[in-house]
Amino acid sequence: MSTAAERLEPFDLRSQKRRADRFGMFVFLASEIMLFGPLFVAMAVYRVLHPQAAAETARHLNLWLGAANTALLLTSSLLVALAVLAGQNGRRRVVAACLLTAALLGVAFLVVKGVEYQAEYVEGLMPKIGPPSPIAGRAPTLFMSLYFVSTALHAVHVTVGALLLAGTGVGAWSRRLPLPKRAMTVEVVGLYWHLVDVIWVFLFPLLYLAR
Amino acid sequence: MGAQVRNRLIVWVALMALLALTVALTFAPLGGFRLAASLAIATAKAALIYWVFMDLRTADGLTRIAALCALALLAILVLLAVIDAAVRVSGG
Repeated sequence: MSTAAERLEPFDLRSQKRRADRFGMFVFLASEIMLFGPLFVAMAVYRVLHPQAAAETARHLNLWLGAANTALLLTSSLLVALAVLAGQNGRRRVVAACLLTAALLGVAFLVVKGVEYQAEYVEGLMPKIGPPSPIAGRAPTLFMSLYFVSTALHAVHVTVGALLLAGTGVGAWSRRLPLPKRAMTVEVVGLYWHLVDVIWVFLFPLLYLAR
Repeated sequence: MGAQVRNRLIVWVALMALLALTVALTFAPLGGFRLAASLAIATAKAALIYWVFMDLRTADGLTRIAALCALALLAILVLLAVIDAAVRVSGG
């Protein structure tokens, strides 16, 4: 019995294994959605309680950098989706090129986010730290707290995702990840990255476009 | 270029167009509808990513349920929390 056949257990067919792998990954992603869930609930309730403060404080955020970051993540998601197809066809060089470029776009996202955080620190928008704040009162401070907590939690996920993309890309390049036999690895990593993208797709309008 | 590759490229173009639209709407005098519009666009973007990029299009029913149940439950949670807060604010 070959190793590939052993690895397929307890499944009879590769298609069964793929379905089970994807199902398990989506259940994990559900737990990730629930991790971000309370932040979205807090933002929604905040909007109802302090509509004015939300609009005024959101104007301090950099709309264009936020939009640029959305474009970076959407493009990286496209590359990952193309890598999944290439993986199924066993085209390891295409997989590596797509995944490594997507990882670089993820790093670019983090750099832009860092530039934003730095500007917000200088402007005094970080609650409790930094120079004197142009925003006063509990409600605007609460908005900035929600912004920093949710974007930082998201940035952690981008960091993990970019490392996974880079690792999988290098694996595909060096043949340590044999394709198309292990195409599922590319697909599972891809699903994680798409979810990180989807979370940002909702964070962007709720924070930056609240003005 | 295969049909699947073309599909993904078309979806990317649609996603970028939706991004441009949602940013443009920020400068439109929509009042209270702006939040609804930007959330509708975000939902459309997420649907495209789930349906095509995450291949729910070709997935079986069980996988689709696993993918969507957390989003559905979160939507219910947000809705009930917002109704609760709105009723309190309006002096109920």
